Amino acid sequence: MKPAWFGGLFRGSRPFWLGLFAITWALSTWSFQLYKALDARWIIRFPASLTVPVDQWISAFMAWLVEDATFGLFTFRDLTRFVSAVIEAPYDLVRALLIDGFALGQGQQAVEVAPSLSWIAVIAIIAALAWYAKNRALAMLAAVCFAYLAVFGQWASAMVTLASVLIAVPIGVAGGLALGIVSYRHPWFERMLRPLLDLMQTVPVFAYLVPILFLFGFGPVSALVATVIYAMPPMVRVSTVALHSVPEDVIEAGRMMGCKRRQLLWKVLVPTAMPSLMVGVNQVIMLSLNMVIIASMIGAGGLGYDVLTALRRLDIGGGIEAGLAIVVMAIALDRVSQAFAVRKVRARPDPALPFHQRHPLFASVAALTAATTALGVFIPGFRLYPEQLTITTGPFWTETMEWINVNFFDTLEAIKTALLTWLLLPVKRFFTGIPWAWGIIAIALAAGRTGGWKLALMAALMTLFIAANGLWAKAMITVYLITVSVLIASAIGIPLGIWAGQNARANTVIGAMIDTLQTLPSFVYLIPVVMLFRVGDFSAMIAVVLYALAPAVRYAAHGIRSIEPEVIEAGRVSGCTERQLLMRIKLPLAAPSLLLGLNQTIMLAISMLVITALVGTRDLGQEVYIALTKANTGQGIVAGLSVAFIAIISDRILTALARASQQRLGVGQ
Amino acid sequence: MQRPVKLDCRGVWKIYGPDPRRFLDRHGGAPSESDFEGSGMIGAVRDADVRIHEGEIFVIMGLSGSGKSTLVRCLSRLIEPTAGAINFEGRDLLGISPRELIDLRRKKMGMVFQHFALLPHLTVLENAAFPLEVQGVARRTREDRAREMIDLVGLSGREDYYPRQLSGGQQQRVGIARSLVAEPDLWFLDEPFSALDPLIRREMQDEFMRLQSMLRKTIVFITHDFDEAIRLADRIAVMKDGAIVQTATPEQLVLNPATDYVQEFTRHIPRAKVTRLSTIMSPGVPEGDYAGEVAGTLIVADAVRTLDADPRPFRVLDDSGAPVGTVDVAAAIDVMLGREAR
Ligand SMILES: Nc1ncnc2c1ncn2[C@@H]1O[C@H](COP(=O)(O)OP(=O)(O)OP(=O)(O)O)[C@@H](O)[C@H]1O
Ligand SMILES: [Mg+2]
Repeated sequence: MKPAWFGGLFRGSRPFWLGLFAITWALSTWSFQLYKALDARWIIRFPASLTVPVDQWISAFMAWLVEDATFGLFTFRDLTRFVSAVIEAPYDLVRALLIDGFALGQGQQAVEVAPSLSWIAVIAIIAALAWYAKNRALAMLAAVCFAYLAVFGQWASAMVTLASVLIAVPIGVAGGLALGIVSYRHPWFERMLRPLLDLMQTVPVFAYLVPILFLFGFGPVSALVATVIYAMPPMVRVSTVALHSVPEDVIEAGRMMGCKRRQLLWKVLVPTAMPSLMVGVNQVIMLSLNMVIIASMIGAGGLGYDVLTALRRLDIGGGIEAGLAIVVMAIALDRVSQAFAVRKVRARPDPALPFHQRHPLFASVAALTAATTALGVFIPGFRLYPEQLTITTGPFWTETMEWINVNFFDTLEAIKTALLTWLLLPVKRFFTGIPWAWGIIAIALAAGRTGGWKLALMAALMTLFIAANGLWAKAMITVYLITVSVLIASAIGIPLGIWAGQNARANTVIGAMIDTLQTLPSFVYLIPVVMLFRVGDFSAMIAVVLYALAPAVRYAAHGIRSIEPEVIEAGRVSGCTERQLLMRIKLPLAAPSLLLGLNQTIMLAISMLVITALVGTRDLGQEVYIALTKANTGQGIVAGLSVAFIAIISDRILTALARASQQRLGVGQ
Repeated sequence: MQRPVKLDCRGVWKIYGPDPRRFLDRHGGAPSESDFEGSGMIGAVRDADVRIHEGEIFVIMGLSGSGKSTLVRCLSRLIEPTAGAINFEGRDLLGISPRELIDLRRKKMGMVFQHFALLPHLTVLENAAFPLEVQGVARRTREDRAREMIDLVGLSGREDYYPRQLSGGQQQRVGIARSLVAEPDLWFLDEPFSALDPLIRREMQDEFMRLQSMLRKTIVFITHDFDEAIRLADRIAVMKDGAIVQTATPEQLVLNPATDYVQEFTRHIPRAKVTRLSTIMSPGVPEGDYAGEVAGTLIVADAVRTLDADPRPFRVLDDSGAPVGTVDVAAAIDVMLGREAR
C-alpha cells in the first residue's frame, strides 16, 4: 500500500521487493511449524555450539588492560589515573566556584577559605553573556531561565550539571577542532577517521558507559569522559566542513600575501570559518548537556541524577520539576550559544576611554559579582537562594497527573490497547518470527539491490555478528520498536513538514515547536510518558516518537521548499489542482529529502531506544543497560556494536536509495 | 627601447587528471587535442609562452574556462605547473624553496581576486593592513601604511567598516588597497571588476588607470571582456582552450587578427578605438603649414576632435618627440567610418 510517489523509488524493481517481503512474511509466520515439522531447532534459534563468545574475549581483554597492560615507562592504569587527575582538577575548581566553595583540609576538618559565587552573580554573568551575544531580550530570557532554577529549588543540582558542561565543552571543542584541522590538512586522516566517527555516533551511549565505568570507576570523571566522547564527533565533522568551505580565493589571497602555514590557519582559515565553527560549539554544548544527564547514572550527579531517582521512585512531581529545570537550562544555553554563532561584530570602542567606560557591561558584572559574593559570606541569602522562598511545584504536578489518570484513564488505556493490538503486536510478531538464517539472506539481498555487492557483504557480516552472539531475538525486538516508532513519527512528521513547507505561518509555529523539542535532552521525554502510560513497549515507543519527530518534519519542509518555483508554476499552468501539485510534483521531487529525513529519524530513534531501556523494553537497549549495572564490559560492547550495526545497515541502504533518487531527478547531492 | 623582462614564462603546461606528468611524457611533452579527447585529462593551460616587461599592463583575455585563472596561478605559483619554466627577475620561480617563495610574495607580489577574498572578521583597515601583519610589522606602522592605501583607493572614512557593510565596488577597492600595501613590483589582477555592474566597472577601470599612472607597476590583468582589455592593455594575450593564440597590442589584434577566433572577438570593436595615429599617418614630414603636433600613440577616436578643430594637417611625433609623419582629419574620419584609406 505504498503511495504512488514512493513507488517511483523502486521503479522497475517492484517485483523484487514484493517477492522479498512475501517470502519473509511466509517464513516468519510459519517458522515455528517449520521447526516442528523438520525437527530442526536451529531454524528459530542460533545453534548454541556455534555462538562466538566475543563478549568474554572483550571482558578478558579489558581485564588484562586494566591489570597488566604496560607501555614500558608506565602502565595502563597509570594512564587512566593521569587522565582522571587532569580532568578532575579543573572540574573540582569549577564546582567549587559555582556551588561548593573553596575549602582547605579534608572531610570534617575542612575550612572554607573562599565562598562560591553568589547565585545573583551567576545569573548576572549568564545574562551579560546573552546581552553581549545578542540583545537585551535574550539577556532577559537567560536571566529568567536561571532565576527559575533558583526559585524552584533546583540551584544546587543545576550548578553541578553546569560545572560538568563547563568542563566537557572546552575539551570537546578543542579536541574536535584539532582533529578537524588534521582531517582538513590530510585527506587520508579524514578517510581513516570517518568510519570511526560514524561508529561513535551510532553506538548507543550506554555501550561506552560500560568500558568507561570499568576504566575510570564510578564518579564525575567517568561521566565527563563519556560526555566528551559523545559530544566531540559532530565538532570534528563541523570543523572539517567549515574549513573546507572557506572560499578558495580567500586562501589564495592569504598565500599571496605570504602567510606561513601557521598564519594561514590561525589568521585566515579559522577566523573565516568562525561562524560555522560556532554552530559546532552549540552542538557540543547541547550534546554535552544531554549526555551529562544520562551520565548521571555513572556518577555525574546533578539534575540528571534527580530525574533518575524520581523515575525510580515514581515520584511524578519531583521528576517533572527536575526535568523542567533541565529544559530551562538547555534552552538558555542553546539560545545564548546560537546567538554567539551569528553575532554581529561591533565597532571597537574608542581606546582613549578608561577601561570601565570601554567595557561597561564587563565592568558592572564584575563589580556585582564581587559585591554579592562577598556579601554571601555574611548573609547566606546572597550565597544561596533562601530556602524558605523557594517554590515547589511537585505536589501540583503529582495532582495533575493523578487527575489526568483518574479522568482519562479509560481513554488513554483505549488508545494504548488499540495501538498495541493493531500495530505494535503484529509488527512485533512479524519481526520476531523471522528465522535468523533467512534474516541474514534477506538483508543481504536488500542491501545488494540498493548498494551493490560490497554493501551486501557488509550487511550480511554485521547481521551474522548479531546472530552469532546470540542476540538475534533481542535485535528483532529492537528493529520492531524502531519500525513502529519511525512509522508513527513519519506519519505525524511528514504531513507537518509538508504543511510547514507550503505555509509560512505554519512554518514559524511548527519550527519553534520542533526547535524546542530538539533542545530537550532525550531523558526528559521519558518523564511524562511514563507518568501517563507506565512502563513497557508502548511508553518507549511514544518517547522515541517525540524525540525522533524533528528530522521528519525538517527534511520534509526543506524538500518542499527547495523545489524550483518554476517547476510548480509549470504544473499550475498545466492545470494541476493543489492536490495534484502535491502528489504529482512536490512529493516526487522532495523524495530524496524525505528519504534523508527518514534516515535521520531512524538514527535518532535508535539512539533514543537505548535510553528507553530504563522503562523496561526487552531489546538490545536492555542488554546494554544490564551490562551497565553489572559492569560487564564484553556484554555491553557486543550489544552496543549490534545496535550500531543495525544503524549502519539502515543508514547505508537509505543513503543509497536517496542517492539513486537524486540521480534519477538530476539534482545535486 | 624595449623595457627589461620582469616575468618570463616558457612552455608552461597545467594538466588536471591522474598522473599528468606521465601523460605529458607519453605524448612527447606536447599532447595534441586528440590526445586529450577521451583520456580524462584536462589541459587547462597548454604550452603557454608569456613575457611580461617591466611597467607594462599585460592583459590575458579569453572566454570562461579558457584557462586564464589557471595560467595566472601558475605565474604566481599558487598552483604548480605540470611542465615549463618561469623566471621572475631572472630567478627560477619554480626552483625556489617555500621560504623564498613566501618572502617573494611578501615583498614583490600583490594579487586582486575576482570575488574580493576579503577576510570577513576584519575591518577595512585590518584587511588592508593584513599583509603587513603577517610580516610582523608593528601595529602603528602597518595601520599608517594601510590608511594611506585606503586613502589612495578613495575609501577614507570607512576604515572601521566590515566587508559585508560595503558595496561590491567598495569591497574591491579594499582588495586593491590590500594588494598594494606591501608595495609589490608585480601586480596580478584576476578579473577584478567582473563581479561588478557595468557602471561601477567603468568607474573602477578609470580608477585603476589613475592608480597605474601614479604607481607604474608591472601588471598582469585577467579579463574576459574585450572592451576592458582594449581600454587597459599595453599588450593582450588571447587564450583559447588553454593555449595562447595571439599576443599583441590591441591595435595589432584588431587590424591583424592571427586566427578566425581572434577575428570573431575583435569584429565588433570599432577600429577607431584601437588604431593609433602613427598607424594612419603619412610617413615623412614635408615642409608646410601645420595646425600643430600630436603624439603618435594617441588613439584615433580620442584624437579626432583635436584634428577636426583645424582643416590643416598635424605633425605626428614619435615617443622621443621627433616628428615622423603627418595626419589630417580626413584620414581619421576614414577610420571612424570603417572606410579603406584612400
Ligand atoms: N582543480 C581543477 N581540477 C580540474 N580541472 C580544473 C581545475 N581547475 C580548473 N580546471 C579546468 O581548467 C580549465 C580552465 O579553468 P580556469 O579557471 O583557468 O578558466 P578561466 O579562464 O579562469 O575561466 P573563468 O573566466 O570562468 O574564470 C577549465 O576547463 C576548468 O574546468
Ligand atoms: Mg577565472
